[in-house]
Order: sequence, then structure tokens, then C-alpha cells
Amino acid sequence: MWGGAARPVVLVGQKVLKGQLLAQSQVHISAPIHAPVSGRVTAIGEVTAPHPSGLGLAAITVESDDTDRWIETDPVADPFALAPEEIARRTAAAGVVGLGGATFPAAVKFALGKRLAVHTLIVNGGECEPYLSSDDRIMRDFAEQVVEGARIIMHAIGARDALVGIEDNKPEAMAAMAVAAAAFPEVKIRPVPARYPMGSDKQLIETLTGKEVPADARAAEVGVLVHNVSTCAAVYKAIRLGQPLVERIVTINGAAVAEPGNIFAPLGCLVDDLLAYCGLKEVPARLILGGPMMGTLLLHGRVPLVKGASGILAFTAAEAAVPEAGPCIRCGSCTRACPMGLLPLEMAAHIRAGDLDGAVGYSLSDCISCGCCAYVCPSHIPLVQYFSHARGELSARERARLRTEAGKRLAEARLARLERDAREKAEVAARRKAERTAAKARSGTVKPEEETT
Amino acid sequence: MKEYALMMIGAALVNNVILARFLGLCSFMGVTTRIDTAAGMGLATTFVITVSSMADWAVQTYLLAPYGLGFLRTVTFILVIASAVQFTELTVRKVSPSLFQMLGIYLPLITTNCAVLGVALLLVESHMNFLASTLFAFASSLGYSLVMVIFAGLRERLALAPVPRLFAGPPIGFIVASLLAMAFMGFSGISTG
Amino acid sequence: MWIAVLSLTFLGLALGTLLGVAARYLAVEENPLEAELQALLPGSQCGQCGFVGCAQAAAALARGEAAATLCPPGGRAVAEAIAARLGIKIDLSAVQDDGPLLAFVAEEICTGCCRCSKVCPTDAIIGAAKQIHNVIREACTGCGACVERCPTEAIGLLPVPVTVPHWIWPKPAIT
Repeated sequence: MWGGAARPVVLVGQKVLKGQLLAQSQVHISAPIHAPVSGRVTAIGEVTAPHPSGLGLAAITVESDDTDRWIETDPVADPFALAPEEIARRTAAAGVVGLGGATFPAAVKFALGKRLAVHTLIVNGGECEPYLSSDDRIMRDFAEQVVEGARIIMHAIGARDALVGIEDNKPEAMAAMAVAAAAFPEVKIRPVPARYPMGSDKQLIETLTGKEVPADARAAEVGVLVHNVSTCAAVYKAIRLGQPLVERIVTINGAAVAEPGNIFAPLGCLVDDLLAYCGLKEVPARLILGGPMMGTLLLHGRVPLVKGASGILAFTAAEAAVPEAGPCIRCGSCTRACPMGLLPLEMAAHIRAGDLDGAVGYSLSDCISCGCCAYVCPSHIPLVQYFSHARGELSARERARLRTEAGKRLAEARLARLERDAREKAEVAARRKAERTAAKARSGTVKPEEETT
Repeated sequence: MKEYALMMIGAALVNNVILARFLGLCSFMGVTTRIDTAAGMGLATTFVITVSSMADWAVQTYLLAPYGLGFLRTVTFILVIASAVQFTELTVRKVSPSLFQMLGIYLPLITTNCAVLGVALLLVESHMNFLASTLFAFASSLGYSLVMVIFAGLRERLALAPVPRLFAGPPIGFIVASLLAMAFMGFSGISTG
Repeated sequence: MWIAVLSLTFLGLALGTLLGVAARYLAVEENPLEAELQALLPGSQCGQCGFVGCAQAAAALARGEAAATLCPPGGRAVAEAIAARLGIKIDLSAVQDDGPLLAFVAEEICTGCCRCSKVCPTDAIIGAAKQIHNVIREACTGCGACVERCPTEAIGLLPVPVTVPHWIWPKPAIT
């Protein structure tokens, strides 16, 4: 979920142009960050992270000069003449990540698709969650960009065809996409039932291809790769226009918002500013970055918009009311609702009793945190919170284990070193002693030596 | 043949060692926190009961009865049982160190498990032949293992249930045990005709 | 009377011999537990458990003479692993686990005496004589061996700060 942090390459006070590189990615699973506006770097430090903990996260603050001057870009007229590796390189340099919410670097996925010989690209037009309509809007208004972006990705991973799965409650999007894809028979538009969580990889793949992605396997291993429509549009911009990812479409919704809608927002702008732009009818009782099911709870609105946020929801108290949780009555509603076919009630019971391994035995690792189980639970048990808690504990345990192992290796290396040092010292001492006795023998018994020579 | 089958069902279910005769209750409450431990205990006890019953039958028939040494019965039986337990302990330790650790003190305590001596004494009183007594002992110990595993399963579920603090731990365990015993009472209604 | 004595003696001797033979054939050569337990322990030989090193602690654990919660640097994770291996239940609340600790050097007090780097079981402290020392965070196990050696009290232990990727959702409260 968290890639490697990027390293800043600008200094406080420096003037930057829109699209200029601010921070360079350091490790494999990591993405660079570019200036979303032109202006001046005012701070490099911590801001509140868009995260339920409300902890700080390293950030670069840029003050806009209101001119929005772009840095010189490097557009490519014919991306299909480029080598696939070059497309991956440019996509990585543009900081394009999965915009559906996972924010996995797109170029890393390209390399994976290429290596595993993926034959089908699946373009995810199944809206991730209720309340959100950003994907719908992208497909309606920027269908050409999505289709071209999808074709560029196909070229980059060597896929033969692309399936665009669009939920059947979006007829306008489907019509626009059909027009845009008319000239390209390899891009096929497919309606999928509008049923949450259709926007989830594994569910969409199964609906479109009939193939089930095995547990602990990646989608690429069954020959498909999934990219969100917004990601396709971002790839189009990165390659054809040479523009890095500096803005994204975001749905502003919720009963507390006066004029809900979709807006293109520069990355890094404050959630409060975006809400103010759309107007607030009342002070929201709950702020969520992302969708209502899987989004991130925000403690306040003074947090930056990040690449993976497809929506900002401002709920009134009535909308956000959570009834008090009751005991599990073992009705099995969660089991029927789970799209992964898991047993949420059993997992939660084990976690409540502190038996995390028991929960793992019920395939906790396959849970996609979609929230269906908690939504249908008649006792309003916060099931997803149990699972998030258990995952956090498990990864902390895993980190502790790795730490212990690393410490053990180091301790063994030290013992080996000490032993070697002692041995070498002893050897040196022995040699010196031998030399001394030899020298003594020479000086003391010169005559016999002369006799022998 | 039919008699043997009926006798075995009777020994295992109707007159269950734990739930009908109330023998071996310490291990019943002690090692039933996990199914695999309970199953291990069941297997070990099955082995001990079967082997010691065979040996006890021989001792009774060829030594105690002919020479009129009935007053030594308990002492000799315990001697035989203790040896069988010691042998089992050696084997378990060799074969499965983790089961050995899990059973802990309860493994040597099979010696004083009243189920073992109880079954042997019951056999003497019923004057059965060698085959019948061996089958009876084996069936009784199977019944013991069955109840151990069932109860361990129930306790595994109990560990997950939000039990009121007043009842948490042994109290709810005893309540569940009594319910299980009532369920086993249903077997005594099976018609033998 | 004599028959009773004889028969009991005979029985006892026979069974004793049988067991003696069995013990010879079923003897456990070495305690495999010990090696397994030693693999679970951190192996930094820090001595905080009261034993000389991790091997001795593992031996005591295998003999059942030490509690599964004996290892302070291992914290809850190691205690759980040991308890699982021994098949025992432990009261984890007894383990004081403030999360992982890291050593830090107060640079204004450090005299560069090199004593700490010599005792560090994982070579996590760098610095030459008369140079300010520093702790390699990735290598430090938080065992605290260096803290006692520092003549100027320039070394201390601090909990690793919670960061966003390491934050854990709290467990829902049971109503």
C-alpha cells in the first residue's frame, strides 16, 4: 500500500514551473512527484497525511503564482513508434500511478504485464464505489483520451486486445466510448452489471473473462492486466502531451456539499479548498477521501489531495450516523455479501478473541476490504475495522520478525568477525614469536650456521 | 457378532466413560482447550486403556483369580497401567515432542486417570472373555476420545464467543459440559431390540 | 502370602525390564526443542534475560525453567512464537512491549570513546575514536547493551515513532 518515499530535488524558496520534478522516486515501487502549479517552494516538511491516524507525512509545499506556466514538455506525435520500454520509462517519469485508488505505479505494472506475456488489457470503467462518478465523467468527456491511452498501454505490454468494462447504468459513457473506439476493433466495449464492487480487479476480471484470479496470484498471471479509465487518460497525457500527472478528476459529493460534481483538481490542493469551491451547506459531520465503502476517513479537511483519491465526500450527521454495534447473531448475511467468498463473521470472531492466526486461516489475506460485509451486517459490527486492525497487527509482527532475523544475522556476523580477529591476532603473535626465536637463534648460534654454510 | 457390536456401542455412547460414568474428568476439563491436543490425549488414553485392559485381563485370569489374590487387584492393576503410561510417554516424546509439550503433566497423569482403572475394574466385574473385554476397553476409550474432541471443539468456539466475564473460563466450560452430558443421555433411549 | 509377594515382585521386575528396554530403543538423543527455540530467539546475546546468551536461554526454556516471556528485546512477537512452540498459553499483558526501541546518541555529550560500539551485539554503532558515534537504525535491535557502557550517558533508548505506513487501526471496542 505504501511505496518508497520520493526524495525531494528542490530547495525551499526555489521557483518551480507546473510539471517540474519536485521529488524523485528512489526504489522500484515508487513514483516521482511533479509541481501541480507554477510558483515557489515555501516549505519542505510534514503536513497532515490523508489518513485516519492524522499523523504527519513528508510533503513539499508550493505556493502558486496564479500563472500556471507549464514547464517545457516533450510530446510524442506517434507513441506506437516508440519501444514499449520507452513508453514504460516515460510513464514512470511522469509519475503515473493507478488512479482507481491503489496508486500502484503504472510503469511497474507494464513491466509485469510484459514479463508475464499478458494478452488482454482490461480497462476498468466500473465505478469503484457508490457516490463517485469520476470514471463516468472521464469516459463521457474524454473518451478519445481513454481509448488512445488504452491503446498505448496495449502497445507497452504487448496485449492483443482490450476489454473496456462499463457498468450498465452508464449509457452515456458507453455511447461515448463506443464512438471513440469505433475505429479500433481491438478495443471492445463490454457492459457489466452495476453491482458493487465491480470496480475491484478480481471481480471485473471474472465478469469479463470468466477467469478467476487465484488467491495470492496477480491478475497478470491469468493473462490480463487491469487499468482504470482515469489511468488510461493519464497515460495518454504523459505520452502524447508529455505532461506528468499533476491533476486528477475528483468527485465532490455528500449531502453537506451545495453543488456536488466532478472537478479537475491539482494534486496537493487542500480538501478544505476543494469543498469551499463547491460550497458547503453545513459543517460536514464526516469527511472521507475516496468512496464511502473503502475511502479514508479524514480527521479534518486540511490535508492534501493525493493521486489515489477519486472522491471527496462530505457527509451530514444524518448520512454518517453509525448505529451502535450489537452482538453477532450468526445470520450469515456477511457470508452471502462477501464478493471473495470469505467468512467475515468467523474472521472477526477470531480477531476479537485475539487469535490472528485463526483469522489468517480463514483467508484474511484475500479480503479486499470492500466493506460489503459491514454494510449488510444487521448488528452493525464494524467488520472491516477488525480486518484492518488484524492486518496492521500482522504486518507489525512480520516487521518485528524480519527485524529479529536481521539482528540475528548481524550478531552472527559480528561473532564471526571477532573470532577471525582473534585468530589473526594469534597468528600474527605466533609469527612474531617464531621470528624472534629464529632471530635469537641466529644471533646466539652464529657459528653452527656458518659451519653448515 | 451382533452382541459385540451392541456392546461396543453401549460402551462408547450409552455408558460413555466421561459423560455417563463421570470418570476421567480432570483431563476432560484440563486438555480440551484445543482440538489437536484433545485428539492427542484421546489417542494416548485409547492406547493405554486398550493395552492395560488386555494385560489386566491376563493378570486377573491367570494370577489373581486362581490364587485368590483379589485383594491385590487395585495394586497390580495400577502397576500395569503405570507401566503402559510410561511406555506411552516414551513413545510420544520420541514421535511428537510438540504433543509431549502440549499434554504436559496430563500425560503422566493418565496413570491416575480414573477412566483407565475404572474400565479395567468394570471388565473384571463383568467376567468377559479376552476378545470381549479388549473390544469393550477399546470402545470405551473411543467414546472417551470422541467426547474429548467434541468438547474441545465446543471450547474452541467458546473462546471466540463474548462470554459475560462472570462466566468466562471454567464456569461456562462446566455449563457446556453438562449440556453435552444431557445430549449424551439421549443415547440411552436407543432400543436394543 | 508368599504367592502375593512373589507375584508382585515378578510383575514389577518384568514390567521394569520391559520399560528399561523400551527406554533404550526410544531414547531421545538430544532435545530438538532447544535448537528450535534458539532459532526463535533474537540471537543478539544481549543477556537481558539473565542468561549468558541466547543458547543458554533456549536451554532453560526447553527445560521449562524460564518463562516464555523472558526476552525483552524480542517483545511480544518472540514471546508468542515461543509459547506457540512450547504449546503453552501465556499472559501477553505481562510482556512489557512498548514497541521496538532504538538507541540514539546525544551528539553534544558523546566523547567518542568507542566503548559502546565494542559491546553492540549487532555492530549497529559506528564511529572511530574521538569521533562522535552514530546508530544505524536498521541494525539496532534496541537491546540496550550500549546504554550501560556509556561513561557520559550519551546513549539512550527511544521508541520508534509511529509513522503513517506503520499505523495500526485500533481494535473495535466490544459493547
